Amino acid sequence: MPVVLENLGKRFGEGAPVLDDVNATIGKGEFVALLGASGCGKSTLLNIMAGLEVPTSGALEVPSDGAAFMFQDAALFPWLTARENVELALKLRGVGKAERRTKADELLDLVHLAEAGDKRPHELSGGMRQRVALARSLAQDRQLLLMDEPFAALDAITRDLLHDELERIWKETGRTIVFVTHNVREAVRLGQRVLLLSSRPGRVVQEWNVTEEHRTDAGLAGQLTGVITARLREEIRRHAK
Amino acid sequence: MPSNPTPVAEEKPAVLPDEAPVSAGSATGSTKIHAALTRSSTGSADLRELESGLDSLQSDAIRKARVDWSRILLPVAALVVLIIIWQFYVSLGLKRRDQVPGPMDVLEQFGTLWAEGSLQEAVWTSLQRGIMGFLISVVIATPIGLLLAQVAPLRRAFGPLISGLQVLPSVAWVPAAIIWFGLTDATVYFVVFMGAIPSIINGLISGVDQIPPQYRSVGTVLGASRFQMAVQIILPAALPGYLSGLKQGWAFSWRSLMAAEIIAVGGTIGFGLGSMLNQGRDLADMTIVMSAILLILAVGILIELLVFAPIEKRLLQRRGLLAGSTR
Ligand SMILES: Nc1ncnc2c1ncn2[C@@H]1O[C@H](COP(=O)(O)OP(=O)(O)O)[C@@H](O)[C@H]1O
Ligand SMILES: [Mg+2]
Repeated sequence: MPVVLENLGKRFGEGAPVLDDVNATIGKGEFVALLGASGCGKSTLLNIMAGLEVPTSGALEVPSDGAAFMFQDAALFPWLTARENVELALKLRGVGKAERRTKADELLDLVHLAEAGDKRPHELSGGMRQRVALARSLAQDRQLLLMDEPFAALDAITRDLLHDELERIWKETGRTIVFVTHNVREAVRLGQRVLLLSSRPGRVVQEWNVTEEHRTDAGLAGQLTGVITARLREEIRRHAK
Repeated sequence: MPSNPTPVAEEKPAVLPDEAPVSAGSATGSTKIHAALTRSSTGSADLRELESGLDSLQSDAIRKARVDWSRILLPVAALVVLIIIWQFYVSLGLKRRDQVPGPMDVLEQFGTLWAEGSLQEAVWTSLQRGIMGFLISVVIATPIGLLLAQVAPLRRAFGPLISGLQVLPSVAWVPAAIIWFGLTDATVYFVVFMGAIPSIINGLISGVDQIPPQYRSVGTVLGASRFQMAVQIILPAALPGYLSGLKQGWAFSWRSLMAAEIIAVGGTIGFGLGSMLNQGRDLADMTIVMSAILLILAVGILIELLVFAPIEKRLLQRRGLLAGSTR
């Protein structure tokens, strides 16, 4: 099992715990959508899995080589071209100079950006930047890929396409993906499993399986979306004064 | 496996066993329809085509860079207007001609100074010192700035002092420098260093401060070591702030140099623009004073236009930071 979270808890300073008793297991090659309202601790949980933060209680098991990470805003380095951004990830991983260029071009081609390698981030559209960021995180060559609301800032047309794109790349590369989102539709669209995180404290309160039929049958997917939305709202209502 | 229940999706609204059932079956059982997302493209080739279409729609067409004549003509026109106003004011005859000389008088003085060779000597001496002093300041200030930006206790300790030094006019160091070093070049350089070094350090520190925190997170996630982080990420990310620190550092070098040259005259100190200014005062010759002021200004403007402006423009353009500015 690439990821096991056991009774994981996190608090910042003396404040109320942000995460409390989080339990989850994520299998190899699985695509898990982590769903929750804004501020419920999704990013915190993902940062803990990435090793950017340490949990205050509980135990976690992640692959020993760490995880690849994709941020909400592409976070590409503006002084490097698209290709150089991907190459930097390869370089920091210790890939030799000669191999870097070919590998970077392969990865850019995988995200359908073979032509844009020499462009700088500001010359790319939001969707293209996210694809470069995806290529960069694939360049890390880690089994586990963590994605923190990577498509939240994109327009709907681009986002729909990137959903298809991400699904294709997931199938092609066999990565284990944890995809954080606050969007129920997106979670149902992408995840094989949807984990719902409650707010204050964050805890996995329920999970749903999404089958292959949901990918093509809008009625079925709509029904599941409704169920999850209702559960999410119930969770939010608990905090009403 | 976690203890969380895993209800099958198609079933009616699932709830945790220890919680009350969902109050209103807003999904199933009601007529409410939730829009959902499904696979929308028909395959890899279709996807590639769609994306390529979207990419070309969303990328700007490359704009051809043309020479923008207004950039050259407007400043020249402004200069001409100022000279005409100057000449007009002088021809009104409100002040004595030796106190307020006209543009033609100053031009004539330029000619004389040029023929004597003292104009070239003054510009060359000052420029050489200014540039040397500035370059040495850069070499001293850069590692100190990086160190202060990265090591919090050091910065707490020395930060206020360095900000303070930046406010202190470097002229204030001239008397001390003369006592320590006498009327030598060392005095001039010392004053230049005290002017330039603090502002370069401050520029670099604020450049590092302005780095989006996410860049460091990306570096960490990508597995950068401390050294790789500093060289591959922090330094290039801080470059715009560093460059404006350098620009300010140059301005401070040049100003401090003039101050030092005006005050410290004689000894082994050569003849620079500041010395020329001082000479004009001693001779009570306003045309020399005006010539010196215009030369000091001209050197400042030329260095900005020929050295810093192109570097800055290129740097910002590559990072897409120039759009919408009125440059
Ligand atoms: N470094 C931090 N220090 C203090 N509080 C934090 C920090 N990071 C996040 N939080 C708090 O933790 C909560 C969860 O944040 P986050 O994980 O970003 O939520 P989400 O990604 O689900 O929107 C928020 O209330 C936020 O204020
Ligand atoms: Mg977040």
